[in-house]
Formats: sequence, structure tokens, C-alpha cells
Amino acid sequence: MDTPALEVLGVSHAFGRVQALKHVDLVVPRGRFVALLGVNGAGKTTLFSLVTRLYDNTSGVIRVAGHDLRRAPGKALARLGVVFQTRALDSDLTVAQNLAYHAALHGIDRTTARARIAEVLAQVDLADKAGIKVAALSGGQQRRAEIARALLNRPDLLLLDEATTGLDVRSRREVLALVRGLTRGGVSVLWATHILDEIAPADLIYVLHEGAVLVHGAADDLAGEEGLTRTFLSLTGDAA
Amino acid sequence: MTARGWAIVFRGIAWREALRFVNQRGRFVAALVRPLVWLFIFAAGFRAVLGLSITPPYQTYVLYEVYVTPGLCAMIQLFNGMQSSLSMVYDRETGAMRTLLVSPAPRWFLLLAKLMAGVFVSILQVYAFLLIAWAWGVEPPLLGYLAVVPALLLSGLMLGALGLFVSSTIRQLENFAGVMNFLIFPMFFASSALYPLWRMKESSELLYWICALNPFTHAVELIRFALYLQFDPTSFLVTAGCFAVFFAAAVFMYDPAKGLWVRRKGQAA
Repeated sequence: MDTPALEVLGVSHAFGRVQALKHVDLVVPRGRFVALLGVNGAGKTTLFSLVTRLYDNTSGVIRVAGHDLRRAPGKALARLGVVFQTRALDSDLTVAQNLAYHAALHGIDRTTARARIAEVLAQVDLADKAGIKVAALSGGQQRRAEIARALLNRPDLLLLDEATTGLDVRSRREVLALVRGLTRGGVSVLWATHILDEIAPADLIYVLHEGAVLVHGAADDLAGEEGLTRTFLSLTGDAA
Repeated sequence: MTARGWAIVFRGIAWREALRFVNQRGRFVAALVRPLVWLFIFAAGFRAVLGLSITPPYQTYVLYEVYVTPGLCAMIQLFNGMQSSLSMVYDRETGAMRTLLVSPAPRWFLLLAKLMAGVFVSILQVYAFLLIAWAWGVEPPLLGYLAVVPALLLSGLMLGALGLFVSSTIRQLENFAGVMNFLIFPMFFASSALYPLWRMKESSELLYWICALNPFTHAVELIRFALYLQFDPTSFLVTAGCFAVFFAAAVFMYDPAKGLWVRRKGQAA
């Protein structure tokens, strides 16, 4: 059996007295699009910060492609591609320069990096924007550039934290279609969102609320006859 | 990650700093204006009121401009270190810092690479300043320009590491003014950069000890002695020791398991 792209087992996290995550279990199987669904403040970003090692995980286990994040952080992070909620590109640099910097941070040599930058920019349909400064790109293009950057190290797992925030409807659709397309190429995706429209019936979803996973399963199973919106609202109260 | 991989990471970080440096040429000029104002204007005024006896490493009486030049080199590095700290806070606010911190390379190495890149930029600025100072009549021995490189490297690392540590304690860019008032100015003025310590002792024993214990004084003296082809072991040891302490503190603060800022919700990077 394939090692899951991500295993989060019994993970809790607190900020002082505030318990942000409570014994969270979550698995992202290989090549699947998994949605982490929760309202603002549910704990999605905290979970992402733990998986990316921005916060230290002190309870439970996190494994990326089988690598324990605490025991082998370098190996685990090398298998990860991340798109953060707030945009994190250097606006003074060009798209290609941003990507080259990221490739270097992953220890990818210049020749390989050049080839991969061309490859991932073509994948996100930004090949003609390589030499343009990030500041001159639209919000949707910046998001696609960030996705291209996250793909440079050929990750097993792509983490996207509310990646469509601030995008117009068209850009949102484009970004979502792009990411769904990546799973067909074998990349596993953990997509954090509070927008129910972004969930497809075949997606595996985890509903996170007040730091705990309330339910998980295939979206169409969870939706039942009531539909996903009603199910989500009844699970989380009127929070949505 | 292999040794080659580490070298690539280092090169990448240095390359990005170089690009930022090229994109912000105004910063380079601005960094030179401050010490040049001291050299051209303040030094001319101070020369008239401040008599200097023969003070090591100088073999004879020197003009105030000559005395103050090593202090101004260290001043460039002090401001560069704090500028780097400012850009770290900015990177944290814009989210760019997260890109760096989720790299598979160890965090201490990432911070050291960033620090080294900043030091190289500061050394370039110091050499531009020394060139102008030379045209102004401040002429250390020719070999001194070479001998000062390791001293500038160590003092730059120490001041950069201090900036790195400071950046981990600042939550917002707005708080940076406090760093200017409570760190940079006291460090610079309570040092041997502008006047020899014996001068300070004449006016206040307490101030003398504050200056003598100030790490910046030792960075200044390390540069001063090296520029005149001499080695001051005390300054070397204090500067190296302070670098180790400041860098360890910065690594501690940026460690996801230990740093004070991990407890700040939503402020991971």
C-alpha cells in the first residue's frame, strides 16, 4: 500500500490557554484532492503552520510522504509545496527570479532550476510572464505564480491555505481547475477553504471546527440528501 | 541535503540579497551619506575642540578625521545590520519570510546565509566609504585595506546577528523607531567611535565603563587596529564572543520549538 502523502495523527496545539487544535487526525492519500473545510478561526492555518514547521508540533505525529516532521524535518519539508493564505512573493523581483530563489532554497542547481521554471510556468499558463515583475501581475496571476513556485521541487503534497482569497470568480475557477488538474499528475492536495462551492462531490473532506475534526469522508456521502451546505451548517451551528 | 545542496541554498540567498541591493541603489547611497556627513562636517568641527594624544594603534598624532574613520566604518555596519533586521520584519509582515523558513535546509543555516549576504553588502559600502575618505586625506597603510577584511567580516557578523536577534523581538515595522532610539544611538555614541575611551574616563568613570563594555566599541577597535596592520586580541575575542551569543539567541528565537514568538497566535513568520 502507498504511504499517504500526509498523516496527521493526534495533533493538538495551544496558544497559551487557547486550544487551537484538539487531537486532530487527518490523512491525505496519494493523488487525492482533500478539502479542509472550516470557518475562519477553525484552526486551518494553525494546522498548516504545524505541517510546514512554522510552529513546532509538540503532541502527536505529522508525517509527510512517510517522513516524520520532528525526526527528519529536512526530508519532510523537501516533499512539500506550500501556497500560503497571504501572498508571499517578492514584488520587486520578476516571476522567474522569485522561482529561481525558491529553487535554490530547495538545493536545486541552476541548470535544473531553469528547466523546471520553464516547465512549471507552462503548467500554470504563465510562460510569457517569466520576465515580468510580480508587482505587475494580477491577483490571479500572482496566485498561479505561487502555485508554480510550490511545484518547483516536485512535491508529493501541495498545501494551499485559502488560495482563492481575494480573487474574482473567474480567477478562482482557474486556480481551482489548475490545482485539480495537478492531482491527475499524481500530486496530492490539501486545500483549506471556507467556501463550499469549491468542493466537488468526489472530494475527500475534513470538517474542522473550533480546532477539532467533526467529520470526514467523501463529500457526496457527507452531503446526503440535505446537501453539503445544510450539513455543514448543522455541524458548525450558524457559524458559516 | 548534501554539501552541494547547502552551497546552492547559500548562493540563492546571497543572490536574492544582491538583487535587492541592485534594485535599491538609493539605499547604498543613503548608507554612505550618514558617515560622510560625520567625516566632512562633524569631524571638521570636532577637530578644533577635541585634542587627541597618541593613541594605539596610531604611532603619532592623528587628525580627528583619521581617528573617526574606523568608527564610521563600524557605523555603516551597525546601520546595515539594523537595516537587515528591518527587512526581516518587513519579510515577516509580507509573508516572504515563510518561504525562507519552510526550506528543507536547517534554520540556523538559513539565518547564517542571510546574515553573511548582508555582511557582504556592508563590506562593499565600507569600501566605497574608505575610498571617499582616502580622497579626503584619510590614508591608512595600503595593506591595511586588505588586513581589515577579516575584521569587517567579524564585526559585520556580530552587528548583523544583533540585528537578526532584534528582528525576532519586533512584532511590527512601526516598533522599529524604538530600536533606533534605544539601541542604535546609545550603542554608537557610548563607544570609542567618536572619541577615545580615555577622554570619556576624564568626564565620567561610569560612562567610561559603559563604553568599555559596549560590544560596538570592540567592533570599532577591531577595525581600527586591523586598518593599521595591528591585532587587538581583546576586541577580537569580545566581538567573536558577542557574535556567538547574538547568533545563538537569534537561532533560538527563530526556532519553531523555542522562540518567544511561537506563542503569538498568527505570528509564526
